[in-house]
Amino acid sequence: MAFDATIRTQYNNNGTREGWSWLDPFAAIGRMVIGWVNNLGAAAIFLALALWQAFRRKQFSKIIQQIYFIGARSLTIIMLVSLFTGMVLGLQAHHALRQFGAEGAVGSLVALSLIMELGPVLTAIMITARAGSAIAAEIGIQRISEQIDALQTMHINPLRYIVSPKIIAAIISFPLLTAVADLVGIFGGYLSAVMLLGLNAGVYWHSTQVYVVLADVTNGFVKSIVFAVLVATVCCYQGYFAHMRRDSHGAQAVGLATTSAVVISCVLILVSDYVVTSLLI
Amino acid sequence: MDAPLIEFQNVTKRFGDKTVLDRVNLQIYEGQVTTIIGLSGAGKSVILKHIIGLIQPDEGVILFRGQPISGTKKSVLDASLARISYMFQQNALFDSLTVYDNIALPLRETTNLKKTEIHRRVMARVKQTELTEAVGKYPSELSGGMQKRAALARALITDPQIVLFDEPTTGQDPVRKNAILSMIAQYQRKFNFTAILVSHEIPDVYFISNRILALYNRQIVFQGTPEELESFDHPFMDEVIGSLEALQKELTGLYSRRQFKILNHVQMKRRSQKDPYCLVVFGLQELHAIMSRVGYDTAQEVLSTMGLYIDKHFSAIGGFSTRRSTNEIITMVPYSSLAETEGIVNDFVRDFNAYMVPRIGETACRSASGASVDLVILAGIAEGQAQGDIDSVILLARSQQKEIGRLSCAAGE
Repeated sequence: MAFDATIRTQYNNNGTREGWSWLDPFAAIGRMVIGWVNNLGAAAIFLALALWQAFRRKQFSKIIQQIYFIGARSLTIIMLVSLFTGMVLGLQAHHALRQFGAEGAVGSLVALSLIMELGPVLTAIMITARAGSAIAAEIGIQRISEQIDALQTMHINPLRYIVSPKIIAAIISFPLLTAVADLVGIFGGYLSAVMLLGLNAGVYWHSTQVYVVLADVTNGFVKSIVFAVLVATVCCYQGYFAHMRRDSHGAQAVGLATTSAVVISCVLILVSDYVVTSLLI
Repeated sequence: MDAPLIEFQNVTKRFGDKTVLDRVNLQIYEGQVTTIIGLSGAGKSVILKHIIGLIQPDEGVILFRGQPISGTKKSVLDASLARISYMFQQNALFDSLTVYDNIALPLRETTNLKKTEIHRRVMARVKQTELTEAVGKYPSELSGGMQKRAALARALITDPQIVLFDEPTTGQDPVRKNAILSMIAQYQRKFNFTAILVSHEIPDVYFISNRILALYNRQIVFQGTPEELESFDHPFMDEVIGSLEALQKELTGLYSRRQFKILNHVQMKRRSQKDPYCLVVFGLQELHAIMSRVGYDTAQEVLSTMGLYIDKHFSAIGGFSTRRSTNEIITMVPYSSLAETEGIVNDFVRDFNAYMVPRIGETACRSASGASVDLVILAGIAEGQAQGDIDSVILLARSQQKEIGRLSCAAGE
C-alpha cells in the first residue's frame, strides 16, 4: 500500500478490474499516445516500403492510371473551387484596401494568398475529399474481401501493386493541380476586382507581377508535395489496415477507415502547413 | 510411403486468448489430393494460411520437403512459395477487373512473358474452365459457379505444383458442389499438382481424396485414406461426420458409404447365415469424356437425377443405395431373390427409359457442344449371402454390368 492508487483498484473473481484510480486518465492518455506513436512508426515504414516499390518494374502504366484518377479527374472541382476562392479574395481585398486607398495592391494580395497558402491547402483538401476518400474505401474493400491476401498468395507485393502507384501519382498530381488552382484563382480575383468592381486591369497584373517572386511559387509547391505525401500515405494506410481496426469490422470498418482518412488528412494538412510555413519563412 | 512434401510438427496458433491450433501434427504427400475436414470455425483455413505463409505459427515447425520454413533463406522460401496457388473460399477475385484480367494478373505481374503468350495461356485456361462466354465480364456479373471457375483458372494459370482450395464448394447447390469437386479431381490428374482441400462435402469429397485429415478440438485426430476413416472410432465420427452425412442424405437421397455399411450390417444381422440378398451396381460409362463434352454441371445433374430415381424406385421395396465412386451407385435389395430383383430392375429400366431418359436427354443434349455424345447407363446384378463378404458381391455385379439405357445427342443438336 505504498501508493494510494492501488487502494481503490480491486479485481473481481473473473479477474476483471473493478473501481477506478486517479491514475486511470493518465493511463488512458499514455495508451493513446503510445498508440499514436506506434501508428506513426508503422505509417512511416509503410511509406518507405511503398516508395521503394515505386522503382520496381511494371509500375509506369499503373502510375499513369492513378495520375488520371487523382489528377485529371480532380481538375474540374479544383478549378471551380479556386475560381470562387480567387473571386471572393478579390472582392474582400478590394473592399478592405479601398478604405486605405490601396486598391492597387489587390492583385498581389490575391496572388500571394493563393500561391503561398490557399492554392496548396485548398487543392490538398479537395483532393482528399474526392480522391483520398475513394482510395481509402477502395483499398479497405480490397482488404476485407481478401483481394490483398490473394495478391500475396500470387506472389505480387500489394504495396507495389496497390499503394506505391497511388503515392507516386499523388506526389506528381498535387503540385500540378496546385499550379492550376493558383492560376484559376488569380483569374477569379481579376474577374471580381477588375471586371465587376472596376479596378484597372494593368494595375492588377502589375501588382501581381511585382510582388510575387519565384521563391513564393517554389514554397507553394514544396507545401503541395508535403501534403501529397501525407494525404496519400494516410488514405492508403487507413484502407490497408481497415481489417485491424478495434472499433469495427467488415463494411463498417471500411466506412470508418474512410472517415478517419479524410479527417486525419485534413488535420495534417493544416498542421503541416503551419510547420512548413514556419520553416520556409 | 515417400517423405512428406509438407509437415506440421507441434504447430500451435493463437488469436488473442483463443487457441485455434494446439500442437498440430500432419503430413501432406506430393501428387495426392489431401482433404482437411472438420466443423466450421475449427481452424481448417488457418492450416492452409500457414502453408501459404499468410500466417506464422506461434509454436512448432512447418517443414517443406523436410526443411523448416522459418529457417529457410528468403530467396529459397520465395521460390518454394511461388509454386503454391491458393483458391479462396470467397474467390477473392478483383471486382474491378474482368475475368480475363483476373486470370492474366499473376502472369502479367510476376513473369516477363509477352502479351501474345499471356493471351494464349489465359485463353487455354478459359476454355478448360468453360468460361469463354464470361471472359469479358466482371466477377459481379457472374454466377457463383462461374466465379469459382474463374478463381480456379486464376489459381492454375501459373502451373503450380501445389494448389490449396479453401472450401471450394461453399454456397453451391449439390449438383454444382459435385461438379466443382469433379473438376478439381480431373485437373489434379491432368496437371498432376498436389491438391490440399478444406471441405465439408462428405462423402463426395472422399471420392476425389487420397488422404483425409480430421481436425477436431484444435488437433488433427485422424490421418489416412477415406476407407480407413470409415472404421475410425472417435467422437469426431459421431459429432462431425454423422451430422454432415445426415445432411447429405437429405440432399441426394443416397446414403454415405459408412451409413450404407452400418445399415447393411444391421439388416444382415437379422437374417440367417444362408439367407440370400441381391445387389445392383449402376454406372454411367466414361463419365470424364461426358464431362468434357456436356460440362461438369450437366454431368453431375445426370448422376444426381439417376441417384434420386434409383432411391425412389428401390426404397419402396426396402432397398437402400450409396454412391460408391463418382460414377457408380450401389443398391442393396435385402429381401429379394435374384429372379425377383431381375424383375424389379426390368421394371426400373422400363420406367427409367420412359420417364427419366428423355428428361436427362433434355438437360444433357442442350449442354452438349460440338461432337456427338452418348450417355450409356449400365446395371449389373449379383446375389450374396447374409453373412458373406459384400465386396466380392459388388465385384461380381460390376463384372455383369450391361447397358440398360442409352441416350445419344447428335452433333449440333
